[in-house]
Amino acid sequence: MAKQTASEKSYQSLVEAHDRKRPVLINCIKAFLVGGFICIVGQAVTVFFITFFSFTEQTAGNPSVATMIFFAMFLTGFGVYDRLGQFAGAGSAVPVTGFGNAVISAAIEHKTEGFVLGVGGNMFKLAGSVIIFGVFAAFLLATIKTLLIYFGVVN
Amino acid sequence: MDTKTWIFKNRPAIMCSGVVGGPFEKKSPYTSEFDYCMDSLWMEQESFEKANRLLIEEAIEVLMKKSEIEPSEIDALLMGDLINQLTPTSLAARTLSVPYLGLFSACATSMEGLALSAVLVDGGYSGKIVTGASSHNAAVEKQFRYPTEYGGQKPPTAQWTVTGAGVALVEKYTTQSSPFAFIEKATIGKVVDEGIKDPFNMGAAMAPAAADVIHRHLTQTNQTPDDFDLIVTGDLAWIGHSIAEDLLKEKGWTFKEGQFLDCGKLFYVENPGIQAGASGPACSAMLLYSHFLNELQKGSIKKMLAVATGALLSPLTFQQGESIPCIAHAVELSSPSTYTLTKGEEI
Repeated sequence: MAKQTASEKSYQSLVEAHDRKRPVLINCIKAFLVGGFICIVGQAVTVFFITFFSFTEQTAGNPSVATMIFFAMFLTGFGVYDRLGQFAGAGSAVPVTGFGNAVISAAIEHKTEGFVLGVGGNMFKLAGSVIIFGVFAAFLLATIKTLLIYFGVVN
Repeated sequence: MDTKTWIFKNRPAIMCSGVVGGPFEKKSPYTSEFDYCMDSLWMEQESFEKANRLLIEEAIEVLMKKSEIEPSEIDALLMGDLINQLTPTSLAARTLSVPYLGLFSACATSMEGLALSAVLVDGGYSGKIVTGASSHNAAVEKQFRYPTEYGGQKPPTAQWTVTGAGVALVEKYTTQSSPFAFIEKATIGKVVDEGIKDPFNMGAAMAPAAADVIHRHLTQTNQTPDDFDLIVTGDLAWIGHSIAEDLLKEKGWTFKEGQFLDCGKLFYVENPGIQAGASGPACSAMLLYSHFLNELQKGSIKKMLAVATGALLSPLTFQQGESIPCIAHAVELSSPSTYTLTKGEEI
């Protein structure tokens, strides 16, 4: 990459003087509250599956995640989730509902280009990197764990 | 040596305009001066891109109705938008079936079109030219950013793309006509890039281009800001506009209170939903071809410099780490109230 020139550097400092900073502390508090609220809902759903169906604490995760994504689909389709995202930032992006929103919003957006090239071809354009790096990170950690067990470092 | 400012001698003038907005534009304080606003972002079309095309068609339709002309009387359409390969504008030109030049200067397209129209009319190559620019918020978000329903958080430096279209009819002045404004001079911008890479801070990226073209226009025409009632930039918005003012101050140009304005700041006033202000090719086109034209015609503005600013990036260049190249074009407009036709000047 080309080095910054002197005029670019002095301009950068002028820009910083006029910049509007992200209100980081407020954003963190909002993200904590909204993200926490989404997790409370998720926990309630899990408890619901354990209480009323034959799920255990281990197996209730899958239907809970699916249900949360179902909720995210409604909120995205009715145009609420993007507003929530502007307010909550990472609070609504990090939970699984945010992942659902990334897939669903892309699917809605590209419906105009047809189901194959539009919806099918684009629905993972945002979430695709979450999946690929998520799977890869899981693979790395699983490899490390397997090696540690093999050599007897952990049981 | 710097390129020269174009000085028009044969009185090219803006005779009429057509301005159509989207649903959010109804909230603009200038909404009463627009011809009308659509009720939904979809505008009963199948896609946002088609809605963008419809905006252009409607704006030109309004212009033709107001000025009582037929498409066959239009010698050329000089227009552009932000969508890949200018398809909304090209499709609108297909509907109209008029000679067409597609223009791209991003959000500076409005003044690129006006300057070129003035050249063609002044040089006697064309009689009636329709020029303008348009943008559609959701179509632009889809192409440059994220899906409209994606819940990403925009930083406070981000700007809101205006949905709408603004067009103007440029024609040579005759004593029978009642123009809104005369096009006096135009300075074409250079691509200026001070190394800003954040596409959520377009105002800061574009400010140096605006300052450069304003500085060149003033020095090349031996004028000072005092010669103008208003100097209006396109869509620098709250951050970029104050940077541009500082850059011009460094060059020795200072402005009176309320003399240096920005369409991006005026369009929606301050509203937390739109972050740093309005942007998009329609931002300058809609305000200049409605509010400012009306003021020029009334004579409450005698002379103004309209400077549209554009960020010439694409999603590809940004992802490849390229900084944002920016441009601004300046067009000097004057009020017909200041002009009395001298004998023999009728052309």
